[in-house]
Amino acid sequence: MPSSPARIVVEDLCKSYRVAASPPGGRRGLAGWLPARRSWRTIAALRGVAFTIEPGTITGLIGPNGAGKSTLIKILSGILRPDSGRVTVGGLVPWAQRLRHVARIGVVFGQRSQLWWDLPVDDGFALLRDIYRVPPALYRTRRARLVETLRLADFLDQPVRQLSLGQRMRAELAAALLHAPPLLILDEPTIGLDAPSKLAIRAFIRDLNRQDGTTILLTTHDMHDIEALAERVIVIGHGRVLADSPFETLRATTLSGRRLIATFDGPAPAIALPAGVSRLPAADRVLALDFDPARIGAADLLRLLAPPGTPAGTAAPADVTITRPSIEDVISRFYERHASTP
Amino acid sequence: MNGLALWLRYARASLAGQVRYRGAFLMQMAGHLATTLLGFAAIWVLFHRFGTVRGWTVGQVALFYGLVNIEFALTETIGYGFERFGDDFLRAGAFDRLLLRPRWTVLQLLGHQFRLRPLARLAQGAAVLALGLGMTPVRPLLFTAPMMLWTVAGGIAFFLGVLVGQAALSFRTIESLEVVNVLTYGGVEAGQYPFDLDARWFRRLMTCVIPLGAVTYEPMLAILGRSPHPMAATLAPTAGFAFLAIMLLYWQAAVRRHASTGS
Amino acid sequence: MMQAATPYLAAFRARWRTTLRYRAAALAGFVTQCWWGAINIMIYAAFYRMAHGGDGAAAPFALHQTITYVWIMQATLALMPWGCDPDIADAVRGGAVAHDLLRPVDLWWWWFCRATARILGRLVPRALLMLAFAGLLLPRAGLGAWALHPPPSIADAALFAVSILLGLALSACIVVLLNIVTVRTLSPAGGNAVITPLALILSGNMLPLALFPGAFQTVLILQPFAGLGDLPCRFWLGTLHGGRAILALGQQAAWLAAVAVAGRAALRRTLHRLEIQGG
Repeated sequence: MPSSPARIVVEDLCKSYRVAASPPGGRRGLAGWLPARRSWRTIAALRGVAFTIEPGTITGLIGPNGAGKSTLIKILSGILRPDSGRVTVGGLVPWAQRLRHVARIGVVFGQRSQLWWDLPVDDGFALLRDIYRVPPALYRTRRARLVETLRLADFLDQPVRQLSLGQRMRAELAAALLHAPPLLILDEPTIGLDAPSKLAIRAFIRDLNRQDGTTILLTTHDMHDIEALAERVIVIGHGRVLADSPFETLRATTLSGRRLIATFDGPAPAIALPAGVSRLPAADRVLALDFDPARIGAADLLRLLAPPGTPAGTAAPADVTITRPSIEDVISRFYERHASTP
Repeated sequence: MNGLALWLRYARASLAGQVRYRGAFLMQMAGHLATTLLGFAAIWVLFHRFGTVRGWTVGQVALFYGLVNIEFALTETIGYGFERFGDDFLRAGAFDRLLLRPRWTVLQLLGHQFRLRPLARLAQGAAVLALGLGMTPVRPLLFTAPMMLWTVAGGIAFFLGVLVGQAALSFRTIESLEVVNVLTYGGVEAGQYPFDLDARWFRRLMTCVIPLGAVTYEPMLAILGRSPHPMAATLAPTAGFAFLAIMLLYWQAAVRRHASTGS
Repeated sequence: MMQAATPYLAAFRARWRTTLRYRAAALAGFVTQCWWGAINIMIYAAFYRMAHGGDGAAAPFALHQTITYVWIMQATLALMPWGCDPDIADAVRGGAVAHDLLRPVDLWWWWFCRATARILGRLVPRALLMLAFAGLLLPRAGLGAWALHPPPSIADAALFAVSILLGLALSACIVVLLNIVTVRTLSPAGGNAVITPLALILSGNMLPLALFPGAFQTVLILQPFAGLGDLPCRFWLGTLHGGRAILALGQQAAWLAAVAVAGRAALRRTLHRLEIQGG
């Protein structure tokens, strides 16, 4: 159904802000009334960001707070003008051709509503239909489908302020999609939601991408969103693209390590740690080790815990698990590694 | 779907949202009715105590009062989104949302909050105007009626221009916008009396710098048959539209600037 | 005793500080009020000078007294109960008003302290600026005829101060009432729409109460809003002495007590309702 494919091309994008720096503390009470000199400093939010997103893909945009994600999202959605660089979305320059551009995208901010607080959901939809000039026939089928897939029927006639967060988020998604945009931008769409709501939203986004071919760009701090949805991850930090790859590649290059957890019947034994192994703090009867499989194999490490010849039941671990690092670990490690390189 | 139809839909939605808070809504209506009844009382009290002033009768002043209040009431009915722009949109971060919609920001803001509240002012203005017309001889109806409509249109354009300018200014500062009340509420306050009651510097200021005087005062003189330059007075409301046009240009510039600073 | 008052003083201090921080707003308010005062004064001057051959005999005040009255009114404009506490309006709108109920404090006093601090924080800078402008700058600039005149005696000034403090307390009590109305009607619009204009007109802010026709004078002086502006102004002008001064202060105190008691009762009922309905 999308009208035209939305290829996103970003080249050498730069943006900086000037912020007022007020003197620390500030003068109190009436003394604060005397005029104070304001100083300004410049903060570079984006310094040379470049990437291309093909139509019909799902891309995750992640990065720590203050990395420049919001700035990038604002530029891509046409409400912010960069200092330099080129952006086209489906051939349009977002900020220069804003009205035409925004008619072809849908945007959902997890922290902000686009629906009318005091109006029933359905009245808000009708208003959006007129704002986006959706033809009545298309609107009817579109609305019917969204109401069904997002299960909105139960609260269509309720004012938005009475909805639960999960209900509201589903309504927001529908609101952003009534005009069948070929590109959907999601800014933290699962923030604050409970687990079932998150799963529902993820399933919906995946189906939307598969069935309608909608291009999806999503920012999130919930790495499970990324794991469940994104074929490709762009990591932004300090205003630059730190990584741009499939998530599995990111995981492999960032944290190749594994973690071994061994539980003993008695107190965990003290062992001499070979190179490439570090011990983590854990309970008395638990031995937790991080190790680098490139330097010491899992089998060798196990042999170290229960050397051949020790009688069974004395010092051998009762239970052993070996895990890959969680996605959260991967990302925090990645951010840490880049924290020192501004 | 043209702009007007969309605006009507916005207005309907806004009203529907307001009447949901029934208690507050009824109190608002009662409050405004009371206020507006008391508003003209102040002028009446002055005339009651002092009699006529400089040849102006209470009936003539009623014409000024009625006209200015009608203009301002109609402006507030449609322009409240601009009046509240700094607080309700910029500070709340909701302006981005307007930019994300494929419609002119001005149209969206005009429809944002359509209010019944100023209708009380409108009713009172109309009543006082009718009272004034009953007490005061004016030019023939064939001249007076279209001239009044034209004057009201110019006045709405002027006041709307002030609100648009206020909204555009709030990109720079939200705090100090109370100053604009000088032009809106202050304009209404000043325009309710014939300007030649005031000091000359004030008259100049209100006619030439801020075109409120030109927009309402001069045409009203023509209607009363007291204008020294009837032809010029007939054209005077155009100044209101010129002012609105300038303010809209300023608005567009401010929105563009906002897009580059993002703050 | 001191311990019991601690949270309320903290609420007061915090609110006073945040309000004072709005410097540009206060400057803007000051400019607006200068302008407003100028318009009013010009109109009164026109009426005084042109009517009855320029002696203003029809008026109970002389022109310079009316001018002083206008400046005092403009200086104390922030004393008016401009509406419900904006934070509480936001809390009600966002459905978070129940959080205020969680605090281990007497909610009425809590709100009262916040309201007093906010009014004071808005009032003090504006009043000082206005007094400096109309009382010191205008006479120096050779515009003494349009200036604010000081009270005739120290005693009048003292009475004015007492009267203003009573007015401040009354205004804060009214703000608490508005908070309650906001909680009840789920919107600040209704209560604010009723109170603000009433206060502006009945306090004498729009027009000195003494200029209204004689038949209304008794009612106008006795109604509560007179204590928000008209009575303090009369003290400043030195027109209330002896028994009339005591009566005026008694009137202010009586209304203050009445509004406070009514507010506490209304708050009790509102909280009871909230407990039943769960906010």
